[in-house]
Amino acid sequence: MNETPVSVSTMVEFTLDDEVVKVPDGSTILDACRREGIETPTLCWAENLTPVNVCRVCVVEVEGSRVLVPSCSRAVEEGMVVATDSERVRTSRRMVYELLASSVEMDRADPEVHAWMEHYGARPERMGDRSEIATVAQPVKVQDDLYVRDYERCILCYKCVEACGDDAQHTYAIATAGRGFGAHISTEHDVSLPDSACVYCGNCIGVCPTGALAFKTEHDMREAGTWDESSQSVTTTVCPFCGVGCNLELHTQDERIVKVTSPADHSVTHGHLCIKGRFGWQHAHA
Amino acid sequence: MWGSNARNAHPIFFHHALRGVNNGARMWTVDPRRTGTAKFADHWLGLNVGSDIALANGVAREIVASGLQNEEFIENSTTGYEDFVAFVEPWTLERTSEVTGVPVGAIRELAHAYATAGKAQICWTLGITEHHTGVDNVQSLCNLSLLTGHVGRWGSGLVPLRGQNNVQGGGDMGALPNKLTGFQDVEDNEVRAKFEAAWDCTIPPINGWNLTQMFEAMGRGEIRAVYCIGENPVDSEADATHARAMLEGLDTLVVQDVFMTRTAELADVVFPAALGWAESDGTATNSERRVQRVRAAVPPPGQARQEVDIINDLAAAMGDDDWGQPTPEELWDELRTVSPMHGGMSWARLEAEGGIQWPCPTEDHPGSQFLHGRLWERPVQGRPAPFSCVEDRPPLDVLTDEFPLRLTTVRALDSYNTGVQTEHYSSPIRTGEALSISTVDAVALGVVDGERVNVSSRRGSITMTVEVEEHLAVGLCHTTFHFPETTDINQITSDAVDPKSGTAEFKAAAIRIDRLPVAAGQPVSVSHSA
Repeated sequence: MNETPVSVSTMVEFTLDDEVVKVPDGSTILDACRREGIETPTLCWAENLTPVNVCRVCVVEVEGSRVLVPSCSRAVEEGMVVATDSERVRTSRRMVYELLASSVEMDRADPEVHAWMEHYGARPERMGDRSEIATVAQPVKVQDDLYVRDYERCILCYKCVEACGDDAQHTYAIATAGRGFGAHISTEHDVSLPDSACVYCGNCIGVCPTGALAFKTEHDMREAGTWDESSQSVTTTVCPFCGVGCNLELHTQDERIVKVTSPADHSVTHGHLCIKGRFGWQHAHA
Repeated sequence: MWGSNARNAHPIFFHHALRGVNNGARMWTVDPRRTGTAKFADHWLGLNVGSDIALANGVAREIVASGLQNEEFIENSTTGYEDFVAFVEPWTLERTSEVTGVPVGAIRELAHAYATAGKAQICWTLGITEHHTGVDNVQSLCNLSLLTGHVGRWGSGLVPLRGQNNVQGGGDMGALPNKLTGFQDVEDNEVRAKFEAAWDCTIPPINGWNLTQMFEAMGRGEIRAVYCIGENPVDSEADATHARAMLEGLDTLVVQDVFMTRTAELADVVFPAALGWAESDGTATNSERRVQRVRAAVPPPGQARQEVDIINDLAAAMGDDDWGQPTPEELWDELRTVSPMHGGMSWARLEAEGGIQWPCPTEDHPGSQFLHGRLWERPVQGRPAPFSCVEDRPPLDVLTDEFPLRLTTVRALDSYNTGVQTEHYSSPIRTGEALSISTVDAVALGVVDGERVNVSSRRGSITMTVEVEEHLAVGLCHTTFHFPETTDINQITSDAVDPKSGTAEFKAAAIRIDRLPVAAGQPVSVSHSA
């Protein structure tokens, strides 16, 4: 009764790309792929969020299944036969990237997104010239001194909604609204962010994979052409506000802090911070 | 959650609590206000300010009266049970309800749920400690954990949530009047001998003074010089006028800080210091005793220097040249030789393991996720845990016809303490200082939302803006204290102090609200024109 609980898991055996592998019961196919060194693209998945299965770039082929299955949420079953690099998988992943990138500005997406698009030979331009076809282009929303919402870059991965909701912040300031091409991330009744329930923890920005949500400091530097990630370094330290011990990653450029994030694998924060930890650094350069 | 608005004050800790709630954990909050934390709870017990001991004693009596105490644990691991039972006997549900303002049914339900839970934690913050009975308040909660055995086990325990990133580490290092490094007693001859041998010096054999006692000693003229590091008492002390007068009366005041605070403005000498979290290398210890590395990311501005270097140079200037120029890691390794609980924590391990919870005596020790596990060993190891018979003693700043309202200080999500560090970023949710009062009180006083009023206590008087809060208890007011340069709350907060901890009773002042006199030339009333 006084021992720290130790989770003892049974192992499940299945076939992954023609190899028989064993993984702990409850693992997803994505977990198994990572364990076996099979790289798998993801967009809406994050280690600190519950999978919502919306982006479909992590799909794999499971023998006996009519449709491709999202590896991020499908649990491995005994005897399952999985193919991660079949022609059907490659075609599907390529198509997803092409559809997204034809309607969404992807230039600030994580570098690995571009690497995967190249890997699968995605050619979004075959859907038509972006100046002529329907896109989600719209003016940038800047309503305060901390956040920028640039929905021209939004792929509707829901990560921000999850981070704002049950997976971390429990503030529920944003949700999806609209249908079809008009689907978008919105505050309640589309009020401005300062008028919404938002508490400016920045956890939505922390999980955004495409730069649709950005810290205003970063946005302003990008607009001014001074944002230079190659010259930045990242130092992990402990937040100065309160005694919880959140780890901060201080992104610095030219001896100034330009952005604060938190490691997703840190046991205290799981990558999430509050407004003080995320934005309170400015006193370092007061 | 007892006297803790973790939703605002410890948001990331609260993420963990909410994950538990999502997984089926039940949460009770005990707080005079229905806080953001309370809104996530199954039950909210809105007790009268300062009636925490009464409530804890009532809960204890109900647990015993219902036969829900953990007999085995009490028998083997505690002392003073019989006396305690007799002591809390008068605290019937009815009497407890009368004193605390909490309905009988809610007290009974809390008592039964806590006692019968497989695992239960009591978390608290300044709502417990910032009272003249702060230490007693904590002990009254400890009693509940001893009655039920909710201590020293995985998932059960007593959880004080620390307000500053390294207040625990400061204690670890011996920045306490009665402890040397590693919580070793100053008045223990063997301990002192160990440190005297290691440091080649003589350590005074008696406990020092806490902050409140130091201010008292300044008043008596026994302290003539103060070296103040990283503290802003001119803004943070209850009864700020008194604190300022004491500091101004010193022969010498040296302040070492990252900002030119209002305390630093009074100093004879100011040592500009590097920021502890972004411009210095070292460690910090969080609320769960986890020691983690802090690292310099940017150089300190201007003449600001590492605090270690300032102190070393000061030692040299005082004639001791033996200190050398140790690196933070060398200092840490020296600490490990004199503080057994840190013995196994090399920097290499802290880096590799992302922090270690003390005690961690040896390099092969994994650290300790919880304390007091010894109480579950049979026979129990060390001293059994004593029950404490603590009296309910209401706030010292009593409510009278002249000062009929209870003022308690609270924290805003986006600001920190006296605002020195948080005033530099533009927060969209910052609304500035306001005095929140209930609708009933607003009507009775004839004041409206946004009106400037005069707020007085037995110490002083300030002008504030009223904010009418619909669900606030009648007779209760609250305000933050983050903007001392515009609203100096500590002009009116109570100067009562817990003699055991030295902590001021920030949570309970008696105040009066008066409408401002109408200035000449202004209309007497405002008519609502179409």
